[in-house]
Amino acid sequence: MSLLSVHDLTLTIHGTPILSSVSFDIAPGETFGLVGESGSGKSMTALAVMGLLPHGAATTGTAEFLGQDLLQLPERALTRLRGNEIGMIFQEPMTALNPMKRIGDQVAETLLIHRAAARHDARDMAREKLARVGLPEDRFPLSLYPHELSGGQRQRVAIAMAIALRPKLLIADEPTTALDVTTQAQILDLLNHLTREEEMALLLITHDLAVVAGRTTHTAVMQHGRIVEQGETEPLFRARRHDYTRRLFAASDHRPARNPQTRPEPLLTVENATRDYLLPRPSPFAPHPVLRAVDGVSLTIRKGESLGLVGESGCGKSTLTRAILGLDPLQSGAIRLDGAEVTAGHTMPRSLRARMQVVFQDPYGSFNPRHRVGRLVAEPFHLTGTPRDAEDRVAGALEEVGLQASDRLKYIHEFSGGQRQRIAIARALIIRPDLIVLDEAVSALDVRVRAQILDLLATLQQSHGLSYLFISHDLSVVRAITDRVMVMQSGKIVEEGATEMVFASPRHPYTEKLIAATPRIPAEWKEAAHAD
Amino acid sequence: MRLPLILGLVLSAAALIAAAVSLVWTPYDVTALAIAEKLKPPSAAHWLGTDHFGRDIGSMLMAGAQTSIAVALVAVGIGMGLGVPLGLFAAARRGSLADEVIMRGNDLIFAFPSLVIAILITAVFGPSALNAILAIGIFNIPVFARVTRGGALSLWTLDFIRAAEVAGKGRARISAEHILPNIANLLIVQGTIQFSLGILAEAGLSYVGLGAQPPTASWGRMLAEAQTMVTLAPHVAIFPGLAIVFTVLGLNLLGDGLRDHLDPRLRRAA
Repeated sequence: MSLLSVHDLTLTIHGTPILSSVSFDIAPGETFGLVGESGSGKSMTALAVMGLLPHGAATTGTAEFLGQDLLQLPERALTRLRGNEIGMIFQEPMTALNPMKRIGDQVAETLLIHRAAARHDARDMAREKLARVGLPEDRFPLSLYPHELSGGQRQRVAIAMAIALRPKLLIADEPTTALDVTTQAQILDLLNHLTREEEMALLLITHDLAVVAGRTTHTAVMQHGRIVEQGETEPLFRARRHDYTRRLFAASDHRPARNPQTRPEPLLTVENATRDYLLPRPSPFAPHPVLRAVDGVSLTIRKGESLGLVGESGCGKSTLTRAILGLDPLQSGAIRLDGAEVTAGHTMPRSLRARMQVVFQDPYGSFNPRHRVGRLVAEPFHLTGTPRDAEDRVAGALEEVGLQASDRLKYIHEFSGGQRQRIAIARALIIRPDLIVLDEAVSALDVRVRAQILDLLATLQQSHGLSYLFISHDLSVVRAITDRVMVMQSGKIVEEGATEMVFASPRHPYTEKLIAATPRIPAEWKEAAHAD
Repeated sequence: MRLPLILGLVLSAAALIAAAVSLVWTPYDVTALAIAEKLKPPSAAHWLGTDHFGRDIGSMLMAGAQTSIAVALVAVGIGMGLGVPLGLFAAARRGSLADEVIMRGNDLIFAFPSLVIAILITAVFGPSALNAILAIGIFNIPVFARVTRGGALSLWTLDFIRAAEVAGKGRARISAEHILPNIANLLIVQGTIQFSLGILAEAGLSYVGLGAQPPTASWGRMLAEAQTMVTLAPHVAIFPGLAIVFTVLGLNLLGDGLRDHLDPRLRRAA
């Protein structure tokens, strides 16, 4: 007897087909993974089950939950179910909580809305639920506000709210995508632990095959609004019957073919870089506390080399990057590019700036939406002066990254995330720099797009003799594209070495922790692929 | 183009054309009194009737549009011309002493309602349309400075600004090239709101006798003069009131429509 039985669910929004004949069953207490790329319809499936579809949505089929068809229930009945029998947590812990309310009140509110507790009991129950998700009373009083918590702690509060009424089904939509690897591992462990303890079923939605592997009993793979394959997780992973599953699988640990041509002479040297930030005064006349974001970091990038910089959010990666790019000054230490000193602001000569470019993480925030692609890509010509053949150079750069010359007349919103990252790379390449800083450049992309971008980066490095500084919290990507890697923790470099050496035998405990926390598909599952 | 934009264009254009035509021609002379004709309801000779001096209300509305639009336009111009650069500068130097000084100065102006500033100015310089413009314009500066700074601050955190910095562009250039076009929609909407508020403020100032002085026609003063005769001859109050309502409505629709029309994202999607 299944808890949730979705049968032949078809969804259109304003006539556009979104889902077609989606069917799956979740048994009580089961963990069910729904895997697919962005736009595959996995979130829409969850929203359909929750009755939270946008306006203009029309569904056919059934979604039976405890003998009731969720698709036919009136809104009043659904509100009784939501939060009560079905809990849900979302991707973005920053926006899932009300910033104006204390965490205790937010958890208690869920209880009060469903009249599960009297007002004075609700606080005690909220305290107990927060303790259950790993936020004990002594360190995390109920009076904290969301902004006083980290991303992972906020996600814990969201989970506490979702499980407050002991729902029979918990829907987690990309619950860890916005989190660091070690936090991700903790949250996933917590979810697994809770499903066991509370006998609750879990529908885990993710784009990452490795997250599902080893954590769910059943898995369904979605593409273009259809479930292309589903079954028990391990056999499904081992067999990979559907072509799309195979492609996802191949992309998830794709390594571009690289032929590193590192020359011995250094391109960029950073010596003892230190940068402090003043924090707000704790009381009106107290001195500013100081946060040392970068603490005596030294590094060298050789010509043609690809160096990885790994660390979790808040470790000082971004501050170091800004200093290397000459955007922020250092307190002490020196940065040299081919012998010339990198200084911040106007004092840095344009010819020096022109030798470094950057690609950012967010494919949506990286471009001025008001300009056409041609103008966006040509922006770095500000450093070199616009050459006479600027138009051709822009067209050439676009073709080099796999787009068309005619794309320069379009606006940025006409492109997908992967195409935007290609445009960002074209912009970085246009003035033929020596060093490109890739700041989480593939972190926001789907696995298959990520694999393509990594291939592109490898090809370009070879053809242009580029050096890369590859900054990421995703270890598998760093492993695929770098020659050497450095691990950063709390502003310090804790480990450094050839990439394969560091990954194969990490010496520092922090590196070990990072590697252990990285979700991966068990090696033996990969080998056993069918030959048919 | 969508319906609100067209409607906004039509209403705003009507006010503008009325004002422009009144420069060279009005059906009747707006300064000529004809007491015998006073308080006539709408008729074939006087489409909108006459006021208590027998002046043609239609003619006065046309001439009054001139005053209202000129006052509001110049006042918005003053507000935008000074407020937007101040806001951009404050955002580019966010957190600095200059930012603090500019924004606290704005708070100071904000602390006084425009009517109070107007009374202050007219008490010193005497009532006139020019002083009304100055008073409304000064009050507009902090409005635009705040909107500009707020919009600009959120943009300064985005990666495309970082990319421009990496391309070696200075703060002034980034402000002009990247920030301003992306807050243009905010400014257009705020501009039309302030424009309509300007018309209302001018009407308010004229109503209390601090704006345009007789015999210059003004919608606000027409309302003020009509208020004692509302029960006797309602049309004397209704028509200036409608003129204000439709012009303000038209400007607001125009602002919203323009914002959508100028955004490449919304334009292509339409």
